[in-house]
Amino acid sequence: MSTSQDLVLETRNVTMRFGGLTAVSDFNIQIEQGRIYGLIGPNGAGKTTCFNMITGFYTPTEGSIVYKGIDITGLPPHKVCHLGIARTFQNIRLFSNETVLQNVMIGGHLRQKTTWWHALLNLPSYFGEEKAIRHKALALLDAVGLKDHASEKADSLPYGAQRRLEIARALATEPSFLLLDEPAAGMNPQETQELMGFIKNIREQFDLTILLIEHDMKVVMGICEHIWVLDYGVTIAKGSPKEIQSNPKVIEAYLGEEYVQNA
Amino acid sequence: MSLSMFVQHFLNALTLGSLYALIAIGYTMVYGILRLINFAHGEIFMLGAYFVFWGVTLLHLPWFMAVVVSIIVTSFAGIMVDRVAYRPLRDAPRISALISSIGVSFFLQNFAIVVFSAIPREVQRPEWLVNVIVLGKVRLLPLTLVVPVLSFVLMLALLFVVYKTKPGLGMRAISKDIETSRLMGVPVNKVIALTFGMGSALAAASGIMWALRYPQLQPVMGVIPGFKAFIAAVFGGIGSIQGAVIGGLILGFMEIMIVAFMPSLAGYRDAFAFVLLIIILLFKPTGLLGEKLEDKV
Amino acid sequence: MMEVGKRRDYILNTIALGCLALFLYWAEGNLDGYKIQILNLIAVNIILALSLNLIYGFTGLFSLGHAGFMAIGAYTCALLILSPAQKEMMFILEPAMWPFSVMHAPFLVAVFAGGLMAALFGLLIGLPVLRLGGDYLGIATLGFAEIIRVLANNLPRVTNGALGFKGIPGYANIWWNYGWCFVTLYVIVRLVNSNFGNALKAIRDDEIAAKAMGINTFKYKLISFSIGSFFAGVGGALLASLLTTIDPKMFLFILTFNVLMIVVAGGLGSISGSVIAGIIITVLLEWLRFVENPITIGSFYIPGIPGMRMVVFSLTLLFIILFRRQGIMGMREITWDTILGVFRKRGGGA
Repeated sequence: MSTSQDLVLETRNVTMRFGGLTAVSDFNIQIEQGRIYGLIGPNGAGKTTCFNMITGFYTPTEGSIVYKGIDITGLPPHKVCHLGIARTFQNIRLFSNETVLQNVMIGGHLRQKTTWWHALLNLPSYFGEEKAIRHKALALLDAVGLKDHASEKADSLPYGAQRRLEIARALATEPSFLLLDEPAAGMNPQETQELMGFIKNIREQFDLTILLIEHDMKVVMGICEHIWVLDYGVTIAKGSPKEIQSNPKVIEAYLGEEYVQNA
Repeated sequence: MSLSMFVQHFLNALTLGSLYALIAIGYTMVYGILRLINFAHGEIFMLGAYFVFWGVTLLHLPWFMAVVVSIIVTSFAGIMVDRVAYRPLRDAPRISALISSIGVSFFLQNFAIVVFSAIPREVQRPEWLVNVIVLGKVRLLPLTLVVPVLSFVLMLALLFVVYKTKPGLGMRAISKDIETSRLMGVPVNKVIALTFGMGSALAAASGIMWALRYPQLQPVMGVIPGFKAFIAAVFGGIGSIQGAVIGGLILGFMEIMIVAFMPSLAGYRDAFAFVLLIIILLFKPTGLLGEKLEDKV
Repeated sequence: MMEVGKRRDYILNTIALGCLALFLYWAEGNLDGYKIQILNLIAVNIILALSLNLIYGFTGLFSLGHAGFMAIGAYTCALLILSPAQKEMMFILEPAMWPFSVMHAPFLVAVFAGGLMAALFGLLIGLPVLRLGGDYLGIATLGFAEIIRVLANNLPRVTNGALGFKGIPGYANIWWNYGWCFVTLYVIVRLVNSNFGNALKAIRDDEIAAKAMGINTFKYKLISFSIGSFFAGVGGALLASLLTTIDPKMFLFILTFNVLMIVVAGGLGSISGSVIAGIIITVLLEWLRFVENPITIGSFYIPGIPGMRMVVFSLTLLFIILFRRQGIMGMREITWDTILGVFRKRGGGA
């Protein structure tokens, strides 16, 4: 097994309590470079809470989160993103009043070296950088197939396209670790197939490590190399897709005790 | 400071605090159910005072009748404000309703200037309220005793309605979750109207008593007390009726007592409220008795 | 292709500026004092509207404290352009405090200083207050503006208390006002059109997503708030010299309300909207004065109705917010593309 130093992300006994409610307890995962992982479980199992803790929106009540050897527990979201972790959201959060292109450019903003001063004084360094960001953004839009919609308003896109835009925007932050929260939600079977291929592609193209939350089992079993299963905040199973599929606890969590008893 | 002076100041503080509390309740109830800061509430307070004045001088109503009529008419005015300026914006971004309330506030102030004229008017006060009584070394207006008692009674009545009646249950439900309440069959618009009505009635009562205490009517008389009462509501915990009462009393006491002990600060009296505001917003924005509302990520 | 478009815009902008300068030159020589005053007020109101639009329309910060920053700018500028001799005569309650009693500076420096002081206060106030959301931010900024006003009333050695300042040198002529207006417009346009501006809009649209994309939203809010306050201070400074008298009563909440009205009417998040609304609302406010003044038509004497002006004004705001809350422009802008597009359509059709 790889040591802490080689792991992209490691969570150690991470627990999240909101008052009297324990949303996540004792969450331990190890993420290796370059692989695609899955986090599944029934609704309300605490999956998005885990994402929120990793990306800094919540501070875990207990435990620590280590990213590439750095303790990022409790760091604010923008700092976490600076370090190289990007995410999408369960309910798409686009910048609805901006154009498709602007959305992706905003993703690229954190890597800008020039500041508002440079913009004000019309310095050539500023122009150069903005041009480069625009280029990169257009390239990303091309990669997700949205280049022709660059100057449309983000909220005028159809649902599936909005999801792809969100991913493009996240990629613009130049992450090494990408968290996708239900990327296939609301997609038809064909779109889902394309998405699966797309995720594998970007993993190659951008040298990413990916963790995704998903309900669509085709996607999970299709591209995830290792899966954790949460139920009521507890990790009830972990392993390869095959192991998870035949795990009775997992089946019970999703379909209920009766199913297992009568199966 | 002698004991009698202290008692006098204490009672004055109680009076002022009660007046603030009555207004603050209206702010807090509307915020609780609609998440709206009703900027126009101070003007409702003002209308209550003016309607009594009109009732007495124009319609020659006996005093008590004028008070009752004023409270009824002002409650109705409060309900109308919601109906016309806030209800159409229920589904709009919250800032729109806020801007609307600012617009209504300025409209009512200036409308009052147009109709009532900006010249301050003297209020004729019933004899029995303003004949000074002397208890030992303490000189009092009966008004100073009436206001806290009456305010207390009104607040109890309000709490009764909110916690022991069905419409009150509706109010509490809406303040927790308006959509679910709607789906559960709560007549949301009617309950909201009732909330505005009750809050306005209390503000009208406060306006009337205020005009008796500081017997000058001006169209802008609601601006400063209204804003201070709002701060009191924020301080106590916006959305909480008990918080509004506590906040109002604390503010009243601060204004009277601080100046009583340190008269040199008299010019800064109006700023105490803002100091309270800064303190609470910096350390506990939800107020003394308020609850935190989290953003869903 | 981008470069050609930019060059065209540059040329068209210069031409437009030239036309404006010619117009102002003509106006200075040919219009009566009243109309010139309106032109001056238009420039100042545009500056104020743009500054509030940056903070609220583009960054989404509902700040109601603009009057406070205007006051700071006004008092700072006034203290710098009044001569020490004038100040000695004017401070009758208590003598002015050093260094306020002796400081003196040319007009350009004074206005800039007014903006700088306002920006400094913006920074200080913003630090605790910008962590609050929505309504609370509005109330806190309103509270701070009122505190500034109360301070102005109660610090006679600095502000001459409730008496305020009279006889402030009237340097703010049409050229200074429109000069500063141009500077404001330039700064705000460059900011908003850059990726920095995109980040501000991101904060407005969805702060959580903005944070997740690596934007330090608090820092950006602070920068936007400070820059907006700077220009509010500039507007206040120009106003002080334009009106030649200032006192605490000038900086009540209604002043913020007027600026808010212009921004909402023009469209939150539209620079051209603020400019257009600045012109329309300034003219409207002046024109409405006729409602308050008595008029004699033939043998009929119609007495003026004081307060009617604000009644109409507030009703207008209510109408806008109830029936067209995106204002004149919504979030759109008028660019040379749109203007030339209109001409092309006219030429091509019919």
